[in-house]
Amino acid sequence: MIQTLFGGPPKPSLRERLQQKMAGAVQKTKEALVSQVDELLKGSPEISPELLREIETLLLAADLGAATVAEVLAQVRRSAEADRQTSGEAVRGAIKDELVRVLNAAPLRTREVPDGQPFVLLVVGVNGVGKTTTIGKLAQFFRGQGHTVLLCAADTFRAAAIEQLEVWGHRVGSEVIRQKSGADPSAVLFDGLSAAKARHCNYVIIDTAGRLHTKSNLMDELSKMRRTAERLVPGAPHETLLVLDATTGQNGLQQARQFTAAAGVTGLVVTKLDGTARGGIVVAIARELGLPVRFVGVGEGADDLIPFEAERYIDALFAKG
Amino acid sequence: MFENLSDRLQRVFKTLRGEGRLTEVNVEATLQEIRTALLEADVNVQVADDLLAGIRQKALGQEVLSTLSPAEQVIKLLRDELLHLLGGEPARLNVKTSQPPATLLMAGLQGSGKTTTSAKLAYFLRKNGHRPMLVSVDLYRPAAREQLAVLAGELKAPLHSGDEALAKAGGQAGTPAVLEIARAARRDAFNRGCDVLIVDTAGRLHIDDALMGEMTQLKQLLNPTEILFVADAMTGQDAVRSAAEFHRHLQLTGVVLTKMDGDSRGGAALSIRSVTGQPIKLIGTSERTDGLELFHPDRIVSRILGMGDILSLIERAEQAIDRKQQEELERKLRSDGFTLADFRNQLQQVRKLGSLESLVKMLPRVGPFQQLQKASTQVDEKQLGRVEAIIGSMTEQERQHHQIINGSRRKRIARGSGTSVQEVNQVLKQYVEMRKMFKSVSGSSFLRKKLMGMRPPG
Repeated sequence: MIQTLFGGPPKPSLRERLQQKMAGAVQKTKEALVSQVDELLKGSPEISPELLREIETLLLAADLGAATVAEVLAQVRRSAEADRQTSGEAVRGAIKDELVRVLNAAPLRTREVPDGQPFVLLVVGVNGVGKTTTIGKLAQFFRGQGHTVLLCAADTFRAAAIEQLEVWGHRVGSEVIRQKSGADPSAVLFDGLSAAKARHCNYVIIDTAGRLHTKSNLMDELSKMRRTAERLVPGAPHETLLVLDATTGQNGLQQARQFTAAAGVTGLVVTKLDGTARGGIVVAIARELGLPVRFVGVGEGADDLIPFEAERYIDALFAKG
Repeated sequence: MFENLSDRLQRVFKTLRGEGRLTEVNVEATLQEIRTALLEADVNVQVADDLLAGIRQKALGQEVLSTLSPAEQVIKLLRDELLHLLGGEPARLNVKTSQPPATLLMAGLQGSGKTTTSAKLAYFLRKNGHRPMLVSVDLYRPAAREQLAVLAGELKAPLHSGDEALAKAGGQAGTPAVLEIARAARRDAFNRGCDVLIVDTAGRLHIDDALMGEMTQLKQLLNPTEILFVADAMTGQDAVRSAAEFHRHLQLTGVVLTKMDGDSRGGAALSIRSVTGQPIKLIGTSERTDGLELFHPDRIVSRILGMGDILSLIERAEQAIDRKQQEELERKLRSDGFTLADFRNQLQQVRKLGSLESLVKMLPRVGPFQQLQKASTQVDEKQLGRVEAIIGSMTEQERQHHQIINGSRRKRIARGSGTSVQEVNQVLKQYVEMRKMFKSVSGSSFLRKKLMGMRPPG
């Protein structure tokens, strides 16, 4: 799904590199997964209430949320009965299939970009999830595919946010359009899109101030930015990415819901997935709001943002916390 | 849609209300509901199960054969367990040392809010009579040190820039430079007469051994009085793991829970407390630098249980509202002398309390307050400013005697305040209604009595 959006399929060498990265990011959790499941299977070779309870705990510990876990387990039970599967191994497979199905079922929502217009990417999220860092990495990603990228510093609220984006711009070789701290974000956006059109840039990535989804005035500001973007570039923003911290719990669903209502989120970026973070909340979000995960952040380097693949990710989820 | 923990528990207890006494069956049903509620509040699975085991044991024992209703019994048991878990008394910051400055080391994952919290902490300590200095040793995140410098500038708080020390260490980001800056900052704080040094550090993953090692060295060098773990209140199941790892490496002394002004249910508070055994000392409640408050376990528990955080509200109101003015106002209210000037005064004091949103958050989430909760996010803070401008555009005589404000005066006031005649009319109408309302309630501590009357049972 990423490929349809971001140009042709990656070259094999690139693809291999991405796979290595993902494998590296989930390695620890993978090891833990294998040992966990093995132990589980040794103890109870057949489906028992205890086994299901153990699995429930594993899923809950991965932040999938009580409602999602209940549904996934119900689905697993149904398919197990239908197929007369009795082994724990089959149960594990059924759970994985179900999770992958949920994650892959989320539709692609990106809009078409008219010829000669920049692809406008709006990046939103609550405070401290890693929006600015993600934008730096996104710029690197598109630059790596041979596109021109313009960054737009519309986080005019947080102290030194503009400077942080400029450091990233310098690092990845993208120009940053900015105004002074405290300026109207929509005004910066206007400047950014005008510049991108004048310079025939392929991509414009817009940084926004972190905001808690409960602040309705700040959410209205996002709606206003969308309207501004649309006036300048037809159909913009073509993609609105909600950045989620992988350690976020059940509140992530609330975030996704509110940001979708105010800013028309079309996809998710999960950050800080390296280490032992879980990020199971994205399954709940995909299930309830149909939002696909587009990218995951797996490290601090500029190259450490990779397109998301459901299968790999689910493997990482099954580690016990 | 998810329910808040308190909403859900309220529903559970409502179904229990009809029952005569606790039986094994209805206790189990209740506990399952509570478990789901706790899990959706991001309480760690293990922590939730332990909590429930404690309640189950007590609920089925002798203690429940009292005169309380079943609902009250479960509320009380749950409340006691939560209180037990969170530690009863609010914990204070330790800034006492024989070798000043007392050092506070901030630790936490990336994006938890360390830098903002550091600045808030400086404001908080200064309000309590200290002279804190800020320093950032985050050489890794772009513009991290600039961010703290900007915040310190806004607060006019002493800041150690660390530029010289960084140059001395060869300008290379890394542990030697970090330690060099920390050393220089401590000297600087001592020389400039600062009694507290707040050290903002780089965010790190708990599995990052290199950065954890750096923290350990910082700890050895600075011998801090507090090592505060800054944690996002929205954290899920991972809270237990990261808190445990940080605690294992650094022996934390306290926790700061940030972004409490969101709508997360803050189950992370329970998880972190139970895994580290260290008290949650402060909570972040807004993006403004004054948005840092002491953590009161009893109040958070009562908030979880749906009883609101009325005590916090009162404490904040008392800090911001001048007591003398308050008495004067009460006298005026009783004697029908509440003028537009007093009205404006009231508005200004309300604004001093902080955003309406954060105030309303503290009220219970049931009954008449539920609507208020919803309405509060739609209150335009600017509207208050407009009202102030309208009253400010009146003459002194008009403020004392609102009856004389006729059509042409209204026009003038609207012009003077940059509003419309309709808006002026509205303000006058509100004022008249407020007057009427005040007259109908006698006594000074009306609000307080009303609020205090809603304490939780048991």
